[in-house]
Amino acid sequence: MITFKINDREVKARQGWTVLETAREYGIDIPTLCFHEAVAPSGSCRLCMVELKEGDWSKLVASCIYPVAQGITIFTETDRVRNVRRWVFEMLLAACPASAEIKVLAAQYGVVSTRFPSENPEEACMVCGLCMRVCEEVVGLSAISIMDRGVHKKVGSPFLRPSEVCVACGSCVTICPTGAMQTIFDRVRPQPVLPLTQLAL
Amino acid sequence: MSNVSTALKTDTRRLNSHGDLEELRQQILASRDPSRLEIVVCHGTGCMANGSPKVTQAIRAGLEAAGIDARVIPGIKTTGCQGFCSRGPLVLIRPQGIFYQQVKPKDVPEIIQSTLIDGKPLERLLYKDPQSGERILTEAEIPFYKLQERVVLHNIGKIDPTDIEDTIAAGGYQALAKALTAMTPEQVVAAIEKSGLRGRGGAGFPTGRKWRSALKAIEKKGRPVYVVVNGDEGDPGAFMDRTIMEGDPHSVLEGLIIGAYALGADKGYLYVRAEYPLAIRHLEIAMNQARELGLLGDNILNSGFSFDARINRGAGAFVCGESTALFTSIEGKPGNPRPKYVRSVEEGLWGRPTVLNNVETWANVPLIVDKGAEWYAALGVPHSTGTKVFSLVGKVNNVGLVEVPMGVPMKRIVEEIGGGVPGGKPFKAVQTGGPSGGCIPYSLKEVAVDFDALTRAGSMMGSGAMIVMDDEDCVVDVGLYFLRFLEEESCGKCIPCRLGLTRMREILENFAKGQGAEQDIDDLLSLAKAIQDGALCALGSSAPNPVLTTIRYFRDEYLSHIQHQKCPAGVCKELITYAIDPDLCTGCMNCARQCPQKCIAGEKKKPHVIDADHCIRCGICKESCKFGAVLVT
Repeated sequence: MITFKINDREVKARQGWTVLETAREYGIDIPTLCFHEAVAPSGSCRLCMVELKEGDWSKLVASCIYPVAQGITIFTETDRVRNVRRWVFEMLLAACPASAEIKVLAAQYGVVSTRFPSENPEEACMVCGLCMRVCEEVVGLSAISIMDRGVHKKVGSPFLRPSEVCVACGSCVTICPTGAMQTIFDRVRPQPVLPLTQLAL
Repeated sequence: MSNVSTALKTDTRRLNSHGDLEELRQQILASRDPSRLEIVVCHGTGCMANGSPKVTQAIRAGLEAAGIDARVIPGIKTTGCQGFCSRGPLVLIRPQGIFYQQVKPKDVPEIIQSTLIDGKPLERLLYKDPQSGERILTEAEIPFYKLQERVVLHNIGKIDPTDIEDTIAAGGYQALAKALTAMTPEQVVAAIEKSGLRGRGGAGFPTGRKWRSALKAIEKKGRPVYVVVNGDEGDPGAFMDRTIMEGDPHSVLEGLIIGAYALGADKGYLYVRAEYPLAIRHLEIAMNQARELGLLGDNILNSGFSFDARINRGAGAFVCGESTALFTSIEGKPGNPRPKYVRSVEEGLWGRPTVLNNVETWANVPLIVDKGAEWYAALGVPHSTGTKVFSLVGKVNNVGLVEVPMGVPMKRIVEEIGGGVPGGKPFKAVQTGGPSGGCIPYSLKEVAVDFDALTRAGSMMGSGAMIVMDDEDCVVDVGLYFLRFLEEESCGKCIPCRLGLTRMREILENFAKGQGAEQDIDDLLSLAKAIQDGALCALGSSAPNPVLTTIRYFRDEYLSHIQHQKCPAGVCKELITYAIDPDLCTGCMNCARQCPQKCIAGEKKKPHVIDADHCIRCGICKESCKFGAVLVT
């Protein structure tokens, strides 16, 4: 067992655990969007940042991927942590105005408005890649990919053609943290015999 | 490519010992006459773009046509970048060391006649000292070269990079032979540690410590271990690594082989961006020639140690210069960085212990092994030992490549070696470290250029690009330039970088239009802090640096944009107007003819007037006016 501290509270973790896993075990709250237990963490949304302190020195680490170590001290609610969280939420509210999930989570952390304008009122996807990861790692198909680079990145099927390997299992829709996959899904899977809404009935 | 010393070429043979290498070196030296006349033409990328291959052609043709007495036929050699890029194409006449600059093919017959036949230097092609106005005969006397200390670059400009014999004659591979025959791997690592060498790629991590941690990781995880050269130089204005790979590829290769020996690696990679075709070609040639001589491949110098390397071309993504993105790129995946909580020395390429060093770092390794750690540690300053190569660009007279000991004051590099800003103005700021670095203002011109002092000043050493700016460069515009670059180059994996850089850019674009409030500067600082703290890799976490340092040192200039809608440097188009001073205008009509908007009116020999409503502020009129009559306010 590894012993360390989160917010001055002593916690125990197994070798190989991450800080986030340990925190959740103890009911310590850390927000996440791109994290899901079913797939390997990618550390891309940066909402789970926590401060690692060592004497006068400190740095922020992504708790979903930071491996626990004996004697480290972690803080989840410092000014630096809150600053990253607040800006990420504000930027996500502007980038994904159609996502109710993001609005709810942001409000839980006190961010209810954004100073940035929204370009596309219908956008809900934050390009976290959970859909792609679940398709590859759990379903084993890779029907979804992320195209382009940087600010141009978007989620879809390879070459923007309906995927021939998609079995319409819906794992991506289930795992999507922002609700965006409900619409993207219809662009990924092959031409459905019935619309998704009727299938659900 | 070259016609030098082909005497031994046919006699390709494997070198089986240090003695064999030394014997070959003596043979090469004996076959050469040091007093032989030699014409050296710079074939670095800069000079080639300026037409040096045509000059070489003209020299070959000219010599044939002149039909000089067979005894004085000079050798012709093409070398890598000699450094003085703004003066290219460069031609050197050895052994005298006569230095001709800006040579055109049409100058060649005159060079042959005056220098080679009459034995008199050609005055008009010599470098003219801007201060004294006197012509300077040899390279060694030119301040640009005289004030440098060329250690890593010592061979570049002297050897033909495509001919291994030139390298061996100059002492190449002696360090490798020494390491393999007289040193244990442990002794090599200890020497690198003792030398104080720090990574030349930017962060300045102690190389010896990196190698030592790799050894510890190997103890735990076993082999294979990989050694990798980071040749993905992508900073705007940087060309140090390109020059080393092009001009002295064997120095990088030798360093890599020594590193592989020290760590027990049998495979290495050279990750070079595809935009460097000449560097890739020269490295390929170098590797083939080294393999032929048994300096690379199986059983190197019959020592029992085997190592080979291959070149990986980067497709040009800036982020692939980041270590983990570079590894995923070599592995064949998209070049996205991964979190570095487990260090690359433990889990790098293919999840194996990996030592990745920058081109210049590897090129330092043979020097340390050959001349000793003490010698190296005595160069530079205590915590930043050795020399550093900088590419000096921007508003500076002597654009080019310079090498100085660590710790020299900034002003010596910019004003003494670089010759200062054209027109004799003081420089306004120097951007060091590329898009990840920051601006050093003129008031800090005495700052020592070493890893720690630059970091304290808010900038960083970076890979060595130095962009000099003068009073016609606007700091808001500079910040915007780097943000646009990084926004385009971000891999997009993490939110702070992908969305944050765009938001910072938008705020700055507002400033450039005279919009925004002082509060926006505070927002910008807070957002920048979130990106520094939150981004996944060094591209993102260092991206706000240019903006942060310009706010730190030039806050007034930002306020002038926001509060008074003025751009003091006259750059931000929305905030400036062009007008013609009627007292200075001669009515030559030149500007009116050049204006793409046709919005300059006026009769011949009478002052002209710009119609501000139609002016697009392109600045062509200002550039075209010989009388300085076009004013920007």
